[in-house]
Amino acid sequence: MPSYVNPEKCDGCKGGDRTVCMYICPNDLMILDPEAMRAYNQEPDQCWECYSCVKSCPQGAISVRHYADFAPLNGTCQPMRGTTDIMWTIKFRNGVVVRFKYPIRTTPEGSADPTVGGKEPDPAKLNTNQLFTEAADGVEPKKPEAVLNKVFPCIQKTMTI
Amino acid sequence: MPKIWSYNFGLPLAEPEIVEKETDILIVGGGMAACGAAVETVRWAKPHGLRILLCDKAAMERSGAVAMGLSAINTYIGENKPDDYVRMVRCDLMGIIREDLSFDVGRHVDDTVHCFEEWGLPIWKQDPNTGKTLDGAEAKARGLTLKGGAKPVRSGRWQIMINGESYKVIVAEAAKNALASYDKAEYIERCFIVRPLLDANEKNRCAGAVGFSVRENKIFIIKANATLLSTGGAVNVYRPRSIDEGKGRTWYPVWNPGSGYAMCAMSGAKLVLMENRFVPARFKDGYGPVGAWFLLFKARATNAFDEDYVAKHKDELKKFAPYSEASVVGTCLRNHAMLIEMKEGRGPIFMHTEWALQEAEKTMDKKEFKHLIAEAWEDFLDMCVTQAGLWACLNIEPEKKPSEIMPTEPYFLGSHAGCAGAWCCGPDEDWVPEEYKAPWREIGLYNRMTTIKGLFCAGDTVGACGHKFSSGSHVEGRIAAKAMVKFVLDHKDYKPTIKETAEELKKEVYGPWYRFEQYKNATTVYEVNPNYLIPRHIQARLMKLMDEYVGGTSTYYMTNKVMLERGLELLRMLKEDMELAAARDLHELMRAWENRHRVWTAEAHLLHILFREESRYPGYYYRADYLGIDDANWRCFTLSRWDPETKQWTLETYPYVQIIPDPLGP
Repeated sequence: MPSYVNPEKCDGCKGGDRTVCMYICPNDLMILDPEAMRAYNQEPDQCWECYSCVKSCPQGAISVRHYADFAPLNGTCQPMRGTTDIMWTIKFRNGVVVRFKYPIRTTPEGSADPTVGGKEPDPAKLNTNQLFTEAADGVEPKKPEAVLNKVFPCIQKTMTI
Repeated sequence: MPKIWSYNFGLPLAEPEIVEKETDILIVGGGMAACGAAVETVRWAKPHGLRILLCDKAAMERSGAVAMGLSAINTYIGENKPDDYVRMVRCDLMGIIREDLSFDVGRHVDDTVHCFEEWGLPIWKQDPNTGKTLDGAEAKARGLTLKGGAKPVRSGRWQIMINGESYKVIVAEAAKNALASYDKAEYIERCFIVRPLLDANEKNRCAGAVGFSVRENKIFIIKANATLLSTGGAVNVYRPRSIDEGKGRTWYPVWNPGSGYAMCAMSGAKLVLMENRFVPARFKDGYGPVGAWFLLFKARATNAFDEDYVAKHKDELKKFAPYSEASVVGTCLRNHAMLIEMKEGRGPIFMHTEWALQEAEKTMDKKEFKHLIAEAWEDFLDMCVTQAGLWACLNIEPEKKPSEIMPTEPYFLGSHAGCAGAWCCGPDEDWVPEEYKAPWREIGLYNRMTTIKGLFCAGDTVGACGHKFSSGSHVEGRIAAKAMVKFVLDHKDYKPTIKETAEELKKEVYGPWYRFEQYKNATTVYEVNPNYLIPRHIQARLMKLMDEYVGGTSTYYMTNKVMLERGLELLRMLKEDMELAAARDLHELMRAWENRHRVWTAEAHLLHILFREESRYPGYYYRADYLGIDDANWRCFTLSRWDPETKQWTLETYPYVQIIPDPLGP
């Protein structure tokens, strides 16, 4: 079923300004039941198991039970995503447990500077083939080393249907 | 206790509010290409005070094909030449690509990768002293950057390894920061654009687009001077191998319904090479990536009897020379060899992870080997967690046991190893042949503009320009965005006038809900009603007929003229029934429109396969009545256009021009 919500942990993000899993799900699957104040996956057979909800749930209330079509029960991957790293705990069906930690970003959250250090192109360069960074840095885009421009003959065919 | 009319309603539908907006530049989508467009367009639009609006169906932080993350950037030119990049793309895509578009991606793409690194994406490096691998964070701590000349870790000639769990988060952050920094820019999340709008006064002119909110009952009617379709590929058009809840585990993201192809088609833009599809051979069921296993870990794949199936069928593959003779055998041809083994009963096909890792262990100390195992798992955990989960469920430790691989159901995309999409203008430069300029002479040569004036594409929606992947899509969004700014400045006096009234658009967009309300009481269960189908039904019928008639997995990707014509008859009836779709809540309204997009994409694909009388992509699909590649007649583009006035499709051949000299591949 893909992602599922532990009702003992989920509080419907009642203290926050939005229901995080509902905000983040790329496929509009997670939804809040405002009476129960719990979220659920409204269309489990459209879940990609992308883990966006799992990684972002502030209560750690969401897990994945892998697709019944092909995955025997009791193998799990559970992430703990921080600001610079992610830690994965993988439990095998036979009880083996392995853990891995990987970096996820090298800059503080929110700091991505779209001007890449204040690069502003000269507006007159709109007529060139330079992207804004290239225009600001004076980088000239390449042209092919050699140009053949050979036209291949082909069948002349049209079909209207 | 039984109940009639039982359904677990999601967000309720109600009479929608009509929100009318006007902008200069409309960006549709929120994935890599859209984020590239956002970053680039702000820089050029700001000095002129142009307005920008971006609409994403989901939340940009985790939308599009990179939502989960990636373990590699597949296009980084580095020490290579863009000319060789073009050779690689054309060889893998069986000799027919728009080399002007590919070259354009190749010459700019590294700049975009350098931006990613600056924004915080960890990129693996080689330790300059030992040559050993440093992860992206260690490399950054040592001051090693690509821009500063540090060497990335290549998994193949064009690919570099990253710690990419937050790839999309970082790229979206830069895009959102760009839009937020400019008072004339705006983005709306959970706004699903369903089709472009054509101008009432000027023929063949895009005047904006219409869509709706997936969160509130609002319809957005957006007038725009230039519109960019930077949406994703198409998934679950074919019946997938897993048909219950596993149908969500598609190889490409399940939320990509081919919106860009459909939106181009329904507005009369020309499509190119829509017969092209991608059938990736992936780890069975979990669809975990194989690239790093083949390229980085040097794993071998065999049939059930430990035979190398590509080497075994070398003579068979010679039939497809010169495409089989390149240094790397084309992706579809490797599939072809695998399919022979499967059909002849020598499956399953195994990826021997255990041989590769045991071999590597011989040259490593314990710590290094542990690190290698972590890298192997990261490949899945970054971009396909299910595959890691499946290993855990099946008790597979990759250093001990092999895993099955298998070709999936077909997908459509313009950015990965496929090239379906819109027929777009390239750079207006002297080295580009007239054949690639002539179609745009009348409406203007603007980079990445479709054959509809004011309608642009980037990423998965651009045809004949595959192998861009994530970085190439981002840079293509940037290329298109800059051209759009120029277009808007050149058409400053244009006043968009929409053909339809707001009331008509409301009736159309919310049609599935009106239908539900009108007929819901005709039976005691919502799902079986003689007056309508719900979106799930439409998708099921589409997947079944595409699978059975148009070369899906159940026929080993085989079809012929008669099957296609029969399939078309059924598809056309489905297209009529699609107009009778009903939606019970906002989520289902989104599905109703997604499935319209799937059906349009499917129709274009079927017609292109019917039109091309050869089997250009053996291993992806076969015309049983025209097996083999016919370069003398068919080394050319196929273009299609649906005429919004006559409602008919016209297909034509169009010559391919080789720009970059031989050799065919790099």
